[in-house]
Amino acid sequence: MPFIPHTEEDVREMLAAIGAPDIDALFDEIPATLRCGKLKQLPQAMSEMEVAGLMSARAHQDGAPVCFIGAGAYDHHIPAAVWQLASRGEFYTAYTPYQAEASQGTLQVLYEFQSMMAALTGMDLSNTSLYDGATALAEAVLMAVRANRKSKSRRVLMPRTVHPAYRRVVQTIVGKQGIELVELPFDPAGGHTDPAVLAAFDGQDIAALVIPQPNYFGVLEEVDALTDWAHTNRALAIAVVNPVALAVLNPPGEWGQQGADICCGEGQPLGAPLSSGGPYFGFMCCRQKLVRQMPGRIVGCTRDLDGKVGYTLTLQAREQHIRRSKATSNICTNQGLMATAATIHMALLGSEGLERVAAACHANTRSLVQRLGTIAGVAPLFHRPVFHEQVLRLPISADGVLDQLSELDLLGGLDLSRDYPELGDAILVCATEKRTEPEMDDFQQKLQMILTC
Amino acid sequence: MLIYQQSRRGRRAAAQAPLQQGDLSGIPETFRRKQRADLPQVSEMQTVRHYTRLSQQNFSIDTQFYPLGSCTMKYNPRGCNTLAMLPNLLARHPEAPADHSQGFMACLYELQEMLKEVTGMQAVSLSPAAGAQGEFAGVAMIRAYHEARGDAARTEILVPDAAHGTNPASAVMCGYTVREIPSGPDGDVDVEALRKVVGPQTAGIMLTNPSTLGVFDRRIEEIASLVHEAGGLLYYDGANLNAILGKVRPGDMGCDVIHVNLHKTFSTPHGGGGPGAGPVGVSKRLQPYLPVPMVAQSEGQYRWLTEGDCPESIGRLSAFAGNAGILLRAYIYACMLGGEGMERVAEYSTLNANYMLKRLMDAGFDAAYPERRATHEFILTLHKQAKQLGVNTMDFAKRLLDYGFHAPTTYFPLLVPECLLIEPTETESREELDGFIEALCSIKQEAEENPELVKGAPYNLPVKRLDDVRAARELDLVWKSDKNT
Repeated sequence: MPFIPHTEEDVREMLAAIGAPDIDALFDEIPATLRCGKLKQLPQAMSEMEVAGLMSARAHQDGAPVCFIGAGAYDHHIPAAVWQLASRGEFYTAYTPYQAEASQGTLQVLYEFQSMMAALTGMDLSNTSLYDGATALAEAVLMAVRANRKSKSRRVLMPRTVHPAYRRVVQTIVGKQGIELVELPFDPAGGHTDPAVLAAFDGQDIAALVIPQPNYFGVLEEVDALTDWAHTNRALAIAVVNPVALAVLNPPGEWGQQGADICCGEGQPLGAPLSSGGPYFGFMCCRQKLVRQMPGRIVGCTRDLDGKVGYTLTLQAREQHIRRSKATSNICTNQGLMATAATIHMALLGSEGLERVAAACHANTRSLVQRLGTIAGVAPLFHRPVFHEQVLRLPISADGVLDQLSELDLLGGLDLSRDYPELGDAILVCATEKRTEPEMDDFQQKLQMILTC
Repeated sequence: MLIYQQSRRGRRAAAQAPLQQGDLSGIPETFRRKQRADLPQVSEMQTVRHYTRLSQQNFSIDTQFYPLGSCTMKYNPRGCNTLAMLPNLLARHPEAPADHSQGFMACLYELQEMLKEVTGMQAVSLSPAAGAQGEFAGVAMIRAYHEARGDAARTEILVPDAAHGTNPASAVMCGYTVREIPSGPDGDVDVEALRKVVGPQTAGIMLTNPSTLGVFDRRIEEIASLVHEAGGLLYYDGANLNAILGKVRPGDMGCDVIHVNLHKTFSTPHGGGGPGAGPVGVSKRLQPYLPVPMVAQSEGQYRWLTEGDCPESIGRLSAFAGNAGILLRAYIYACMLGGEGMERVAEYSTLNANYMLKRLMDAGFDAAYPERRATHEFILTLHKQAKQLGVNTMDFAKRLLDYGFHAPTTYFPLLVPECLLIEPTETESREELDGFIEALCSIKQEAEENPELVKGAPYNLPVKRLDDVRAARELDLVWKSDKNT
């Protein structure tokens, strides 16, 4: 029997010990009227070899196109050691470290994770992960509304330059608690949130301002001015950042006069494969004074009976298993293994390695944009500096172009017309450090061919 | 020792990063970081050795029996991991177009269909990233249903006192108030108490069946009709689905909405705290509200159903399609089990639990519900030992670690004093169960003869018992290089 070790003799003796005639008798408390028959609609069991054949065929069917899409998920090199270590059974098959003494491996890794994330973001502390960047932003909004006791409005300013899917997720999650998300327009020339638009909210009761860096268009925002505006207006500043970008960009802890209050984002660029969108992990860091409002698990360093250093889950009185309906969030299972992989990834790269990755992505994207810009009708839409993504205007409808590129085994970017119809025929492109000169030349040639046909 | 304490300025794993330093002149100085982040500076071998050693300080399913109640710590087949990590699957971008996605989407579509069959629900969305997110989605759908009917009076969600803490927390995140329903002396929900509080303000009830008390609620049909007659809906928390797979289906119990923890019943890894996956299934009347995206099929072609296709959907729960890699592992597991294999999951997990319960009761341990049949888990109460010997459940749990067993769930559910919630799962052999039973018996004897020995446990682990109070009082959450430790 697959994954069940019992012999016939085991079953006989165990039933005898229980005093039951057969296994079916063990279900005698389930009302007979509810018992279902066989699960006939399910397929017959397959051997591991047969499933391997099936999965290989399906993976082969999807191919391995060259990827110039970013849009919240980035094709970075992951050192071989990352998943060889993270896949070790001792990490892979453990659970939430409730029994601290038997979980020092996971707990220390998560303490190191918290330390690295705090260093990268310039914030005081970090939790041990949330589901993904979008849910981390939703939790950050809830946290800001809880923490900002000076504000009664439950209004949060949300720039349209924040990832559209993040904005939808935030709406799904916070919308049921009477929180109002007020959209901020972006500057059509710069592709950024002009701090001047905030003047319309001067003096109003705003709980928090969300500040993306880089924003969804890849564009760098005026984070200092935005952060200062928030603090002048007694709002909390919530940073949504790309962690790889932070290797070269000013960290949220240093934005403006006081720094951001909460910093969150998508952890995928730190060691998680693209993997169709998950599992990734959301990260969340904050200032010391907000720690008791933080959702999710937090690991603390402590001592054992002999005074030896050890690690344990702490501040659990914030959490659902203790506080139930009064918890800071309903989150229980998080993305621990992804945080483990990210910790190993950051240790291997270090700040210099991450900086090299960030710089290579930035340089590759510039180089790609330069190549594509030589094609008639193709040009950057926004003039402001970017990190590693850029919006390009196309002379014809984007979806047809992208379909043709896909047929040529090249994912040429994301069509922005669904989420930003006002941009016309525009695509968002990204070239990470993995994209080579020949791949970028190939993109240029294929796009030229399609546009001149 | 922390990885930071092995750091030396100027050292790095040079093969891991681009060899050339890219041109950053496109980013003006005002946006640039002034000082590098304080990340460790270590070699590749130091990193590998450090994290290998840390892994060895964990208990895990691969190394120890891990009978954590209501967590279903069963064997995680290696084939699922290997096949979900085929290179093309790992490299697939979430925004890849349909012509580069048919293979992946076929797996998701078939998983949706399989989950419909095993739960008896009408439709399934795979998008919730964990059980608690599934709960949020389920309660949000209940709310959307009432709102669509213009029924604004329903402000309350009923939750039995034995429920997981996520249940009340999820209900509150959906804007509801929570009313707790007591359990009766036999472990079933107190139906008379329920009858008194159910009414026009009831949006729904969140029920785990079998409950975390380790018993199947025999009056489920009565509960369902009570709540339904009052206009409320029935939420089924699938945390304990492992116990009933192929025996009884939530859909047949009258449930309107359920979530399934794939990291429990479908054997995807727990990863030291996740990732998990918490797909939701619904009855016909809640179908329009399912979270997006989902996979649809017509004429052999698969496509995503998104906001535009499902205008009444509660919306999106994560940036892309949830924990896709976990969904693939669950799909591969389901393929290897087939229908018969699923039925065996419930049978053998229940056999293991009842065998352990009987033998432990024979050895003098007190069951919380001695008259009841165990499901796939059961509760012992060490109330007597705590009172007479001063050795409490936590002491037993820590001493079990010395014997090489992960402790069961302790002090949960909250209503049973000094409890151990024990779930062996179907993948453990009889010898392993016998070893655990013998260990518990030895500890009981130790507690009687030398209670201080048990109270001082553990002794054989990387650390002795840790000071939780200090951890919370003297918060130390991040390493600082200039800190003296």
